[in-house]
Amino acid sequence: MEAGTTTHRLALLEAGDSIADVIGPLGLPTHIENFGTVVCVAGGFAVATIVPIAEALKMKGNKVISIMGARSKNLLFWEDELGSVSDQLIVTTDDGSYGRKGVVTEPLKELLESGEKIDRVIAIGPSIMMKFCAKTTEPFGVKTIVSLNPIMVDGTGMCGCCRVSVGGATKFTCVDGPDFDGHKVDWDLLFARQRIYLDEEKLSFERWQRQSDIRP
Amino acid sequence: MAKLDLNRVSMPRQDPKLRARNFNEVALGYSSEQAQAEASRCIQCPKHPCIDGCPVEIDIPGFIKAVGDGDMPEAVRILKDKNSLPGICGRVCPQETQCEETCVLAKKEAPIAIGRLERYVADWERANMGLINSPVIQPTPTGKRVAVVGSGPAGLTAAADLAKLGHSVTIFEALHVAGGVLMYGIPEFRLPKDIVQAEIDYVASLGVEIELDTVVGKTISVDDLLNSGYQAVFLGPGAGAPMFLNIPGENLNGIYSANEFLTRVNLMKAYKFPEYDTPVKIGHRVGVIGGGNVAMDAARCALRLGAEEVYIIYRRSEVEMPARREEVENAKDEGIQFKLLTTPKRFIGNDQNWVVGVECYKMELGEPDASGRRRPIAIPGSEFIIKVDMVVVALGTRPNPIIPSTTEGLETTKWGTIVADEVIGKTTKPAVWAGGDIVTGAATVISAMGAAKHAAADIDKYLRAT
Repeated sequence: MEAGTTTHRLALLEAGDSIADVIGPLGLPTHIENFGTVVCVAGGFAVATIVPIAEALKMKGNKVISIMGARSKNLLFWEDELGSVSDQLIVTTDDGSYGRKGVVTEPLKELLESGEKIDRVIAIGPSIMMKFCAKTTEPFGVKTIVSLNPIMVDGTGMCGCCRVSVGGATKFTCVDGPDFDGHKVDWDLLFARQRIYLDEEKLSFERWQRQSDIRP
Repeated sequence: MAKLDLNRVSMPRQDPKLRARNFNEVALGYSSEQAQAEASRCIQCPKHPCIDGCPVEIDIPGFIKAVGDGDMPEAVRILKDKNSLPGICGRVCPQETQCEETCVLAKKEAPIAIGRLERYVADWERANMGLINSPVIQPTPTGKRVAVVGSGPAGLTAAADLAKLGHSVTIFEALHVAGGVLMYGIPEFRLPKDIVQAEIDYVASLGVEIELDTVVGKTISVDDLLNSGYQAVFLGPGAGAPMFLNIPGENLNGIYSANEFLTRVNLMKAYKFPEYDTPVKIGHRVGVIGGGNVAMDAARCALRLGAEEVYIIYRRSEVEMPARREEVENAKDEGIQFKLLTTPKRFIGNDQNWVVGVECYKMELGEPDASGRRRPIAIPGSEFIIKVDMVVVALGTRPNPIIPSTTEGLETTKWGTIVADEVIGKTTKPAVWAGGDIVTGAATVISAMGAAKHAAADIDKYLRAT
């Protein structure tokens, strides 16, 4: 799941290696209570995020239905972990190499249409996936929480790089979020701001590739 | 009495054309001859009003006399008796409204250049003595522990003073580098980072521990600190949250808060991208909104990064600008353009969400407002567009709510600042003091240091009584 310089560098670490600076947890914790029935949707890497949330929801007595999806089988992980904290687990892959072929919004829509009372949806994953989960639930009026991932600098509310628009108000994701009401997020603004440094990210990654090639 | 010498020795500076394209320090400092000449102008007046103008009460005539006598180790000793960060203060203090304003020679418009001399002494020490070898009288350990939150000017000063008094001090810093605004905010060309680091190292040499990557209020609470063996806490987290204009288009790509822009450039060294891995956008035409020192810093950074045109967009006129005169002049000399009596109405973007312009009103000045400055009023129908492809919003900062919102018993004002005694910094929470921007709102390095000094003295009194 490496994407750019940092994730590639992280992926090279072995057990026992260290990185210089880690700070956290920051932001506000995910709001957990007994909602009734909650659908947890995880796209790709976000399975790691959704497992403790599903677990906490379960402990509060919720019925937890989880959907996890990835592009392909080799990118799926923690299926058992998520399954063990869910009453029901649906797995999708875009290419059909494992589980159900398709994207996570399809089983989500079916659940909403099934007549079962869904009290809340928590969708975490790539922004585009979260947007479409929110679009899927909107006609059903089911509150949908998404975990936004704009570019950040300090993570403590100092710079405003991570500002997003939610319900027309500017919020700092690092301190006011990362969880927001997915029906109120200005998704186009989020996507645009995530693209600010695409050129620099490419330059950085190419430079890193060149340097790692010449390393012994 | 000898005739007054009113020839204030000027300090050499990098040529404006050259320095506008590099991040090296602008002001080059006195030579020993220049320092001696300037020091010898001090008439050593008995009332020493300069000391009253200094928030940390440095024995100014004392250190200046030592410079004049050529006894530099003595000058260092006197200076550092009251100020642990002289290399920083000599560079960024607004002396013209403090010690130099109260200097008796100010009446003749030739106050002693106290700031330049302070800088000279600090630089001499760093070059000739090494900070760590400074004579430190080993205090008797008191066995008391103090937690200091934030490693900016307030935190470093409180920590140094408390350590000198024999207390065991730990600083908790949110970022991965100590120094706060001295590191992330003030640019290299005005305050070189190796000088900041050297003075932080000096504070550490007094026995102060510095815990980085610790966000008090998030990863550990003030009560956690008080319950884990710290008998007192000093809060000096600064006023870290940026203010925006709250006008349409402010979230367009290419619009930075000054904090974000300066943090990328100064702390993360974006001016060396891709050698350093944090990038920053470089506009061709950059608009900086605001008229304070931070606006000047941002504008001058943008110019050094390669911007072709940089505008300061400020709603009042030049006389009301809160920036130091010297920094305004430096900015002008470097080619920064001033669009005065101008305020943004909205930002204009293209279809990719990038800023392409800022629509502004022309302003006129009305009656004085609460700040005593004439209130700017938009002239109806005066809207015009300035073409920009990058904007830095430098309107100032407000307190970050992280600590107040997570600390029970800590009262705040309606502005979000922490309620604290004006002199000694005692808050409404037992065993907790505060000082600097978190109490006053955004102010200066030296006022934060002054507040921290008084708080440290009161903390010492408290610890010795318990």
